[in-house]
Amino acid sequence: MSEATQTLWLIPTLPLLAAGALALKPRDNRGAAKALSIGSMALALLLSVRALLESLNLQGDHGVAREFFNFVWLSFGAGEAGVLKLGFVLDPLTAVMLVMVTFVGLLIFIFSVGYMERDANFKQFFCFLSLFAAAMLGLIVSNSLLLLFICWELVGVASYLLIGFWFHKPEAAAAAKKAFITTRIGDMGFLLGMVWLYAETGTLLFYDGGAGCLEQGAIAALVAKSAAGGIAVSTCIALLIFCGAAGKSGQLPLHVWLPDAMEGPTPVSALIHAATMVAAGVFLVARMFPVFAAVPPGAEGGAAALTIVTWVGATTAVFAALIAVAQNDIKRILAYSTVSQLGYMMLGIGVGGVAVGMFHLIMHAFFKALLFLGAGSVIHGCHEEQDIRRMGGIKDHMPWTFYTYAIGMLCLTGLPFLVGFVSKDEILVSALHGNTGSLVSLLPFLMGLFGAVLTSFYMFRQVFYAFFGTYRGEASQAPHESPKIMIVPLVALAAALVFFSLPKVDPWGWFSGFLEGGHQHEIPTGHIALVIFLSVVAFLVGASLAYRLYFKRGIGSADAPDALEERFPEAFATLAGRFHVDELYEASVIRANAWLARMADLLDRKVWNGITQFVTQVAVMFAWFARLFDEYVINQGFDFGCRRVNDGGRVATKPQSGAIQSYLRVIGISLAVGVLLLTWGCSGS
Amino acid sequence: MTLETWLVFSAALFCVGLCGALIRRNAIIVLLSIELMLNAANLNFIIFWRYGVNADAASGVMMVIFSIGIAAAEAAVGLALVIAVYRHFKTVNLDRIDSMKG
Repeated sequence: MSEATQTLWLIPTLPLLAAGALALKPRDNRGAAKALSIGSMALALLLSVRALLESLNLQGDHGVAREFFNFVWLSFGAGEAGVLKLGFVLDPLTAVMLVMVTFVGLLIFIFSVGYMERDANFKQFFCFLSLFAAAMLGLIVSNSLLLLFICWELVGVASYLLIGFWFHKPEAAAAAKKAFITTRIGDMGFLLGMVWLYAETGTLLFYDGGAGCLEQGAIAALVAKSAAGGIAVSTCIALLIFCGAAGKSGQLPLHVWLPDAMEGPTPVSALIHAATMVAAGVFLVARMFPVFAAVPPGAEGGAAALTIVTWVGATTAVFAALIAVAQNDIKRILAYSTVSQLGYMMLGIGVGGVAVGMFHLIMHAFFKALLFLGAGSVIHGCHEEQDIRRMGGIKDHMPWTFYTYAIGMLCLTGLPFLVGFVSKDEILVSALHGNTGSLVSLLPFLMGLFGAVLTSFYMFRQVFYAFFGTYRGEASQAPHESPKIMIVPLVALAAALVFFSLPKVDPWGWFSGFLEGGHQHEIPTGHIALVIFLSVVAFLVGASLAYRLYFKRGIGSADAPDALEERFPEAFATLAGRFHVDELYEASVIRANAWLARMADLLDRKVWNGITQFVTQVAVMFAWFARLFDEYVINQGFDFGCRRVNDGGRVATKPQSGAIQSYLRVIGISLAVGVLLLTWGCSGS
Repeated sequence: MTLETWLVFSAALFCVGLCGALIRRNAIIVLLSIELMLNAANLNFIIFWRYGVNADAASGVMMVIFSIGIAAAEAAVGLALVIAVYRHFKTVNLDRIDSMKG
């Protein structure tokens, strides 16, 4: 085992220690907050890079290089079956995620120093950030589904704390609660899946030298068995675990928390929406991919679980992109864009495997972090204004922010031959390649393509609104460029993206080779050319539409209706209202829940309470009889006896008067009587 | 003088002592009366010895000498008690000394 694997546990431990230490520091200790959290993150980055290099070294000719070490966590019985093991694993998936999370995380930490400068709870913020990073890194390195789940929940807690960081705002408190509860619904499925998996395979370790739950033996056992309805157990477990992933990654039915999470400070949005929390769901699917992809021998078609992942991903991608078109809050647009891109990742994993989805995840992490931090810089520069209608013309005031933002935006929209284009393209190619000829199987591809048009449109719309034209806020408060400490992370992220986009670098070739251990998908060149052409068209259509609607015409005033709104007021209202999913949940799930709670209350109050009251009354009655018996039989008898004894004592003390001569008198009389008796007795005999 | 005469005399002496002990209230007089009763008993020893079967042996006298010794010691203790009682109660009237009761 290499040293990098042995020290893998240090990577999450460092930020965790930083968080613990910060929790104990006094509130105004800003220096310690900066030094500890950024220092621990930088060290974690170094260790991660070492792990990546080690992983590259290990890469042999025979498949994927993987090292792990497991340890016994607790034992509850005899033998191998009676111990629960946890462990850490170093494989390409872990390595690339580690480097991405620590790198992006470090930049976000640095950015936060500037963004949160005037906040009173500065130290606390960094404490939470560190905790979040620790949980996320632990999730990545764990070699056990249980350890992953523990870290998964820790991520949830940390995100709750961070989203609700400005808890004095009611919206923030509500958003934090919503995020926590919504993801908990998904986690319920995750937990069930985990328990089922343990029941079937007897282990939660991913890799254990052939005995892990992701290895050949366990998978074969899982597909061989079938649950109700003839579905393979592996498919059921995969779908249950996917519930958890969908909750964390904001997939369709459970996406509602993600846009609301924007109430947190912007670095938190970047951390949650770019690098970590939402990536956790996709990462989980990638980690559990062998279970998802398991097919019963002799079954027709692909794996059922992956098909569902594909469809959920594709639907989410289009759905969220549509909503993003009609939003006005700069961060909300990005939030829906994130939901949409997460859908792409799921789609990618569903149709193309781990490498395709993960590549988009990593690249998306870079450009979405850049966009969020850029948005944070804009908000900071515009005096906490988040409405793009009240911005405009910021380009000239904040050049650094604008150019870096533009790079991120172009990556997201897929300007040809930037890295975002490449990653999205791979997904579309895989989707096209995966179709079986029927229209239904082609649909995910078409949805992905349509999503690309929308992505291009809403991002250009946002940029035209915010950065071009004239400033529509209050004239006296012109926007200002952000401090250097906020600009540096932006530039670093933008530079990384440009580096990845250089033709010579070819990140995709390297990445897929690394992650899949040399297996290359054979995709016909005709498909690739077709998809590239269609992608370029999608980009151009979206961009030119936005250009015509928002740039050429110009935007009059902040209160003027949107160009789309003028044309399709009803459709626009639906989109702006986010398809009324929140209202739907409010009317269905939440109301049903409230009704159930009321019924439970009634049941408690009337039925259970009545029974309890009756039992109580019976008991009281018995107690009352017992008391009567006690008082009138036992007590009275006892008292009577006592009184008699007392009286007797009093009589008996009478002769002892203390007068010495009375005693003498008794002696004298007895003597006389004795003498008389003796005398008469003697004379009588 | 016959045995009966002496015995009646000693019984009379005992009765005088008993009456004194019962009737008088002064502790010292009571003590004196007790000594009288004791002497009546001593007298009985002497009488039964004198008129007994072995009048030559000194057994009766020896008994009386012991008894008188013990009586002297008892008188010393008794007087000391009386003095202690007097110091405590400021009286030797036995009717007033009755705190030793149940």
